[in-house]
Amino acid sequence: MEIINLKQIKKIYDMGGAEEVQALRGVDVIIGKNEYVAIMGPSGSGKSTLMNIIGCLDTPTSGLYEFNKINVSEMNDDQLAKIRNKEIGFVFQTFNLLARSNALHNVELPLIYAGINKATRRQLAKQALDQVGLADRMMHKPNELSGGQRQRVAIARALVTNPSIILADEPTGNLDTKTGDELMTLLAEVHQQGNTIILVTHEEYIAEHAKRIIRLRDGHIESDTIVENR
Amino acid sequence: MNFISEITEGLGIAFNAIRANKMRSVLTTLGIVIGIVSVTLMATAIEGVDRKFEESASAFGADVLYIQKFPWVGHGDWWTYRNRKDITVDIADDIERQATLVEAVAPSVVTVRPAQFGDRVVTNAFLTGTTNQYVNTSGTSLKDGRFFSQEESNGGRPVCVVGANIAENLFPNEDPIGKMIKVGGKPYRVQGVFEKQGGLFGIFTSDNRVFIPIKSFMSSFGSRRDITIQVKASSMADIEDVKEELRGIVRKSRMLKPSQADDFNINQQELLTETFGAITAVIAAVGFFITGLALFVGGIGIMNIMFVSVTERTKEIGIRKAIGAKRRTILLQFLIESSIICLFGGLLGLIVAYPLSLIANQILPTAMPLEVVAIAIIISLLVGVISGFLPAYRASRLNPVDALRYE
Repeated sequence: MEIINLKQIKKIYDMGGAEEVQALRGVDVIIGKNEYVAIMGPSGSGKSTLMNIIGCLDTPTSGLYEFNKINVSEMNDDQLAKIRNKEIGFVFQTFNLLARSNALHNVELPLIYAGINKATRRQLAKQALDQVGLADRMMHKPNELSGGQRQRVAIARALVTNPSIILADEPTGNLDTKTGDELMTLLAEVHQQGNTIILVTHEEYIAEHAKRIIRLRDGHIESDTIVENR
Repeated sequence: MNFISEITEGLGIAFNAIRANKMRSVLTTLGIVIGIVSVTLMATAIEGVDRKFEESASAFGADVLYIQKFPWVGHGDWWTYRNRKDITVDIADDIERQATLVEAVAPSVVTVRPAQFGDRVVTNAFLTGTTNQYVNTSGTSLKDGRFFSQEESNGGRPVCVVGANIAENLFPNEDPIGKMIKVGGKPYRVQGVFEKQGGLFGIFTSDNRVFIPIKSFMSSFGSRRDITIQVKASSMADIEDVKEELRGIVRKSRMLKPSQADDFNINQQELLTETFGAITAVIAAVGFFITGLALFVGGIGIMNIMFVSVTERTKEIGIRKAIGAKRRTILLQFLIESSIICLFGGLLGLIVAYPLSLIANQILPTAMPLEVVAIAIIISLLVGVISGFLPAYRASRLNPVDALRYE
């Protein structure tokens, strides 16, 4: 069952004057349920732009983007916010947790925006934190947690709404190798529980955790390969 | 999306943000504090001026209504007024019995007669027949002696109270109390002397008058006379209601059909009220303009700090938008924050203004009215919403990709 269907997606940035940058020059991708996909490419290849479009943070200049068979390429800000809230869980390189809120509140936040009542919210957030092994750190603020723990909070926040996809943008970029590996193990578990994961990275050994690798270069898909025996 | 949880979240964020920037919040709030202090003090002062006015208005007799055959102003046909039925003492009795909004009622009838003591004469004294209620309907007070009592009034005793000018002329070197004077050839014992009023409203003053009980007046100088009924309203504020009530009673008493026009007039020293009203209005206008400026400056301060706050928290806005906050949610969040800062300022302002109003109370008879407290709170909320709107709107329109990238 397909979740993401990109057809001829182009993104052109107008840099002022006659200058423009073609970040994506026509990308076609279909991603199905419970896939584990890594998007790779050197900087400037367009992978950040592609991630932003897949994550509904940005809209393409042209092309069609269907998310769960719904055309999202022409949605407005608030409609996209709703899709992001319900269907997409973000894990960022810089964690992007709210500094002044504790772990529990950070995980609760998407549920607040989804309009879930307080009791349910608390319960779901605790479950998610438990799932990433941070049940005993719920009341800690981000600056009281290690990098690895912060990223686990971020993963709990991504999981808590039970989204269609988890979008991880260089999730190990700010972590040491050992913590990074632990995090990748956690993501693998999350994948095994039936979640769909899209991983954006420029590091081969991180990408190797995925079952399928899409390589971008100069706004095109250079290769799209299934990794065997994993 | 659940509005209540949005508000609760907004409140939480606002308190966190304010706590995180205590010094800044306090300084920003100062503008609002000053604004609210001046609003409340201004309102309190105006309330005081109004009360003071009411006091002096009643001293001048502005709250006294005169029921008469003739209007004081107006250009109707003199003969129509002349041919109206006389105003009688019975009407005064009806008012006394039925009116609920009046403090005192006194009939009075005036004629000009010479007043005489020994060989001293005042040729054109205003001889006034009235009841003991007269002192209560006029703002005047006695310098010496007393006004005639209810018994003297009802019994038509030969007693009188004289105005200051009469007393000066008849008794240049002696105490008038207890002396017998002759007015229009009849003897009256002087019971009291009025304080000198003088000044602007000469025709209304007691200075050139000799007051005697109306019963004595009627038996000595004729009872078929047109009289004036003086009514003191219990409050200056609802003087119009008093007029309406009096109109009803007098119409009934004179048995007018609904189709018939009034055959009497209710006169009032309007000039006085209007002038005072105009003065208070000017004071209020100037005061509120200055106050408005103070609040405006405070509002600009809030707006400025909210812009700073939005810029500082661009990344946070990005995170919130990425995980599903809509424009409205972000807008609300910042509006709540600026409103809370202003509300806090408003409350602080009230706390500062209250003791100051007590000090003002030493000069003007006033107290901080409860409405002013409510108005001050509403105004501070309003300033918060208005000055917070532009920064909040800007925050709500931020593009999530750019906001997330902001460091």
